Amino acid sequence: MKKQFPLNHVVGFILSVVLTIFAVFIALETDFTTTIKLWIIGAFAIFQAFVQLIMFMHMTEGKAKVANIINISYSIFLAVVIVAGSIWILTTGHAAH
Amino acid sequence: MKLDEFFVTGDPLILGSQIAIGLTMVGLVVLITYLKKWKWLWNEWFTTVDHKKIGIMYIIAGVLMFFRGGVDGLMMKAQTSRPNMEFLDAQHYDEVFTTHGVVMILFMAMPMLIGIINVVMPLQIGARDVAFPKLNALSFWTFFVGAMLFNISFVIGGSPDAGWTSYFPLAGKEFSPDVGNNYYAIALQIAGIGTLASGINFIVTILKMRAPGMKLLKMPMFTWTTLVTSVLIVAAFPILTVALALMTLDRIFGAHFFTVAAGGDPMLWLNLFWLWGHPEVYIVVLPAFGMFSEVIATFSRKNLFGYVTMVVSIVAIAFLSMLVWVHHFYTMGNSAAVNSVFSITTMMIAIPTGVKIFNWLFTMRKGRIQFSNAMLWALAFIPCFTIGGVTGVMLAMAAADYQYHNTMFLVAHFHYVLIPGVVFAVFAGLYYWWPKMFGFKLNEKIGKWHFWLFVIGFNLTFMPMFFVGLDGMSRRMYTYSESTGWGAWLGVSAVGGLILAAGFAALVYNIYWSFRYASRDIGGDPWDARTLEWATASPVQEYNFAVIPEVTDHDEFWKMKKEGRNTLKKEDVKDIHMPSNSGIPIIFSVAIGIVGFFLVFEWNTLAAIFSVGIIAGLIANSFDYDDGYHIPAKKVWETERKWRGDL
Ligand code: HEM
Ligand SMILES: [Cu+2]
Repeated sequence: MKKQFPLNHVVGFILSVVLTIFAVFIALETDFTTTIKLWIIGAFAIFQAFVQLIMFMHMTEGKAKVANIINISYSIFLAVVIVAGSIWILTTGHAAH
Repeated sequence: MKLDEFFVTGDPLILGSQIAIGLTMVGLVVLITYLKKWKWLWNEWFTTVDHKKIGIMYIIAGVLMFFRGGVDGLMMKAQTSRPNMEFLDAQHYDEVFTTHGVVMILFMAMPMLIGIINVVMPLQIGARDVAFPKLNALSFWTFFVGAMLFNISFVIGGSPDAGWTSYFPLAGKEFSPDVGNNYYAIALQIAGIGTLASGINFIVTILKMRAPGMKLLKMPMFTWTTLVTSVLIVAAFPILTVALALMTLDRIFGAHFFTVAAGGDPMLWLNLFWLWGHPEVYIVVLPAFGMFSEVIATFSRKNLFGYVTMVVSIVAIAFLSMLVWVHHFYTMGNSAAVNSVFSITTMMIAIPTGVKIFNWLFTMRKGRIQFSNAMLWALAFIPCFTIGGVTGVMLAMAAADYQYHNTMFLVAHFHYVLIPGVVFAVFAGLYYWWPKMFGFKLNEKIGKWHFWLFVIGFNLTFMPMFFVGLDGMSRRMYTYSESTGWGAWLGVSAVGGLILAAGFAALVYNIYWSFRYASRDIGGDPWDARTLEWATASPVQEYNFAVIPEVTDHDEFWKMKKEGRNTLKKEDVKDIHMPSNSGIPIIFSVAIGIVGFFLVFEWNTLAAIFSVGIIAGLIANSFDYDDGYHIPAKKVWETERKWRGDL
């Protein structure tokens, strides 16, 4: 195997740094309300998680490519169902009145 | 704590059991010592890592627990057989239905299924063992220790009494100060570790250890259901772990996750419990579906109808089963949107389930059906389970469920799915795979008694519950008055319970009879079956396959027979690498059990001291460099010659 320039890693690294600086900027230097700030930072965090999974953890490469993608999607599905589902159920019923 | 509080006292029934348990234990120890069997037990069973032996131990434990749970059931039936009966008081009735539910689901259904999976699945995929044999032993022993810890509760300290669902606030410290509900929290936690480990073990085994040529879509259906069930275990059991951990913190360490007064929320418990609890019912029913698929295909002499749609519907069921849990608490006061969404997802589960029912029917269509015992159970399963499924869809409608919820109608529903779905399947599986495990068949004639008594008894016991339920009888009522008019229904139900018990007795007698008298000369393939497990000897050689087969079809063994490929060439036989036995799993699990016992009684210092044993076990395991031994090719060849005869 020929040694290639690690383009993926460089792009991943730059993206990660940029996303982090952006989040810090939003949090410290803007006048949005706290809720909006949290939403924006949260979105950046999720995006960055994907960047890392793909660029550094090589989720989409190698023999177990399909298995990895299924794995990650299923875990995200479970986490969303369990966390978002529970919050939805427990905050919209009697508890809300 | 004084000794008279430690042991449960003051009830003649329990005193009787205490004496009986004491005597049985002493008797067993004396018997084993007299027969000089300790060493054999330790070497051949307690330290084994062989998936077939571990599977058999699971099944034995499952049968014992079936007996225990069954006695609980009969006690409840006796108490409600007539109005104003005075056999059990309210407290005892509460304890009995609680242990009945927990024992049947977690310590009967789960080990029976995991046991059969253990024996059969590696053979079906042409593997020599599961991926992590020692972990497999650990799974069994933690399950067993958890089950035993739970079972001693009724003689030592008192049983849990808040239902198998253990809802807060009732299950909390304030309303249940005794140790009973600690048993629930701790024993289930210990057993749960084992189940989770099994799930991981089976997934890795199936994904990594299939024989060459066996693509995912060439796997036998039972292996498919095992894979999907294992994925569900890995998804759902951690939720139970967390819920039980929170319960333990609440009960033993004074936290308040589930008490309103201190800012907690009891509904959080319900939510977490059913987030695990609903997937759990599918965890037990999916492998059962797999067994029926194998049995129906074999005894209809046809391959399974609609293989791919079967796979798709199993995956769809598993997917949906994570999305329906609210149907267990529609009446908790959710918003209309929540209840509507979960009504729809729940009803959707009936679709893939229906697809499977039709596939089984079409498999039988124009088949040359053989009415062997295993097949009889599969035939009885279809109509009985359908009743359970249809009443499930009735319960799924949130608005209607306000009427049905927590009535005997619900109790009838889940017995109509769980008994045909799991118990009939386990019976079918036992009759079918018994020769693989033990080298002889169970008797067909005694088996017919077992079948008819059990099926008739089952319907007599549970059918009346639909009617008293619709008439307003709520679940878990320990007594009722004459004027309700339920006496006749419940009387019939109690008689049904006795017939059911007679059916179980017939099974036990069948095992005894066949063990003594059945023919041992049955060959490797007594049913003329289709999948790879039948390419081995009965009982199976310790190394499973002398040569790992090449797979071309999902009914590979059938094809081998048709093409005359099921022979063995001497030059293909090589040395076989096997894992060594290990005492670590059992010792480690016993240490966990002791710590658990102290935690139940809230003797926290003792628990902390003995936790050192658990840590020591982990360390000891890291220094275990044993990497197995080899069976020389010559010995393998000799063994094969002996059972094949034709070489
Ligand atoms: C067609 C598929 C099914 C549907 C639509 C369905 C629906 C339901 C609903 C709505 C409930 C809650 C009713 C209430 O509490 O008022 C329920 C309870 C239950 N179901 Fe099913 N079910 C189905 C299949 C199954 C299967 C296959 C099993 C197990 C093998 C099962 C086991 C149970 C159990 C154990 C409970 C009661 C738990 C308890 O409260 O103690 N169900 N079912
Ligand atoms: Cu459910």
